[in-house]
Amino acid sequence: MEVVGTLVRLIWELGVYLVTVLPDLLPIILALATPLALGALCGVLNERSGVVNIGIEGIMLMAAFFGYLTGFALHDAMGSGPSIALGILIAVLVGALLGVLHAWLTVSVRADQIIAGTMMNIAAFGVTGYLNRLVITPSGRGGAGVITPFHLPDQIANLPLVGPILVMFFDQGPIAMSLVFIVIALQLALFRTRWGLRTRAVGEHPKAADTVGIDVYRQRYLNVILGCAFAGLAGAFLTLESTGSFQNGMTNGRGFIALAAMIFGRWTPIGAFAGALLFGTATALGVVVAVRVPEGDLGGIMRSIPSYWYAALPYLMTIVILAGVVGRSTPPAADGVPYVKEGKG
Amino acid sequence: MSRLRAVARQIWQVASIPLLAIVLAFVVAAVVIVVSSVFTPTGFEPLLPIAAYGNLLAGAFGSGTAIANTLVAAAPLILGGLAVGLGFKAGLFNIGVAGQFLVGAFAAAVVGAKLAETPAAVGVVLATVAGALGGAAFGFIPGFLKARTGAHEVVTTIMLNNAAVLLLTWAVNDLVRAPGFSFPRTGDIGNSALPILLGRNVHLGIPLAVLTVFAVRWVLDRTTIGFEIRTVGQNPNAARYAGMRPVFITALTMTLSGLLAGLAGAIQMLGVIGFYAPGITASVGFDSIAVALLGRSDPIGILFAAILFGAFRAGAPLMQIETSVPIEVIDIIQALVILFLAADLIVRRVFRVRAAKPVISELATVTQTWAGGTSPAEPS
Repeated sequence: MEVVGTLVRLIWELGVYLVTVLPDLLPIILALATPLALGALCGVLNERSGVVNIGIEGIMLMAAFFGYLTGFALHDAMGSGPSIALGILIAVLVGALLGVLHAWLTVSVRADQIIAGTMMNIAAFGVTGYLNRLVITPSGRGGAGVITPFHLPDQIANLPLVGPILVMFFDQGPIAMSLVFIVIALQLALFRTRWGLRTRAVGEHPKAADTVGIDVYRQRYLNVILGCAFAGLAGAFLTLESTGSFQNGMTNGRGFIALAAMIFGRWTPIGAFAGALLFGTATALGVVVAVRVPEGDLGGIMRSIPSYWYAALPYLMTIVILAGVVGRSTPPAADGVPYVKEGKG
Repeated sequence: MSRLRAVARQIWQVASIPLLAIVLAFVVAAVVIVVSSVFTPTGFEPLLPIAAYGNLLAGAFGSGTAIANTLVAAAPLILGGLAVGLGFKAGLFNIGVAGQFLVGAFAAAVVGAKLAETPAAVGVVLATVAGALGGAAFGFIPGFLKARTGAHEVVTTIMLNNAAVLLLTWAVNDLVRAPGFSFPRTGDIGNSALPILLGRNVHLGIPLAVLTVFAVRWVLDRTTIGFEIRTVGQNPNAARYAGMRPVFITALTMTLSGLLAGLAGAIQMLGVIGFYAPGITASVGFDSIAVALLGRSDPIGILFAAILFGAFRAGAPLMQIETSVPIEVIDIIQALVILFLAADLIVRRVFRVRAAKPVISELATVTQTWAGGTSPAEPS
């Protein structure tokens, strides 16, 4: 009985703790979730049209680097703001360009899709590491910095209940702020427009889609390129909105956590966003526990967990979620299957 | 004579695309080196690739020491390549070699330090076994999860790589930190170090790795388990109808794959590094994937591919010192080799060759289990 009582008390304390730190936690959660959500959207768009892309990690890293490089090269001449804006644009373009490569490999060449993605990840690691050592490190200069995040007026931020929610979505840089709109737009586009119907048709039954006159190759190219542009935006977020610097391999597995978020969200944009928020929360918890130390027995337990375990939490959670969710969710039927038009070979 | 020619043609059939892919990768990387030289203080240098590749070659084969360095660098790649290749055979893609390598290295370091004072035979054997078992345990987790729940190993193994780095850092800091050092590390391995056979650094792990090549080949070709692994990789459904146990084989293969990766970590730890400290990096992880693909997941092919990549890793530092071309160019070359193997039509068009496709047929199973898609289309 006593054990149950203690347990209930601990859960109660955890609840109270979470509620008290939530207002501080919310903006961090969205910021941490943004690259994951954008990467997951890339996965959704790719796999809904039937193309597996495990190269999201690499595309993010490349875009992060070239976006940063643009800001790094131009901020003396153009000033911080415009060079960051241009950097974001370049990052998105780099993402789209790598999307062309991935689409060519998977759709036209019909190369193995997992290997194509692996190649992308290794190439990104090599190219960014190479140029980082060659160009950025020896210069000893910094980049263009980050765009100052927006701040809501205090009157709005201090509103009860809605205040913290508004702060979560609006005390952000431009990329994180636009994320919600991107998610909603893609959700509608995928399920309410002709483009979305075609995308899903090509991903579920390409032959049937071909029969009714949909160009399967064109549709897959379009989706892969568009999706990878979002992965590029995720990269831009990392270097131009979140940290303002570049480190080798800084994506740190985010591209793969994004895939888990995609699977968690059952290949829908809103679901993927929810998955990304979940991972964002797991990461944020580790940050907040260190800054705002919880009190009481619970605090004792939470503080006794080494910080490395909190840092590993998102990775471990990805595994648990994959193990728990995968069996019960169904991917698009033609996912990962190259399409061969009849009469072609 | 004609028999000899037939054999030569057979070898060319299998090896031509990989070899030409490497040639093409070096050509493209040369373009990268020349173009990027524009951004360096010395400016545009059209002959830089020749100097860089010359130093790469000199650093890898130019002297006895260089050759020794190549062999030492190749040893973990042989085992890592076998780990990835064995997974491929069963239709599994173990990207977790990096993590299993670290766990193996850590286990070997801890046990090695505990047995530092015992006779060499005891320490070496037990520490090596500990490393292999550590890797096996770490490979079992994604294998079991794949078999039981369908969680795809491509994501779970990557996540375990990241988790391993963090949790091993914690373990070195809080659990097994050796006293008397200014930074967190494990104790000296003393007698547990692998014996040096030749020169300064050619250690016992190198012949061990080569022996493992033949052991893996024997298991795959001559044993029931090997037959089941290959059948599951070719067609899991057919394997199930034939009364085999794909679930068991999946978990077992990942465990064995982890064991090989852990062994790679163990020999690197006991033969080269000597102690575990946070931040020891494992380029072995990515390298092993390239090695397995280049060797077409065939043990003998992997042996040659590993020596090649070992040469790159051994020669790269000299290249960077002498010509300022960053060592990361090796990663670029690696990615290009994989690109040209995956899109072999580029190689065919450029060199106008007809040869066997370099694809590993079991890879179709890897993609298939990712998405649960129906049978992959056969490009005819």
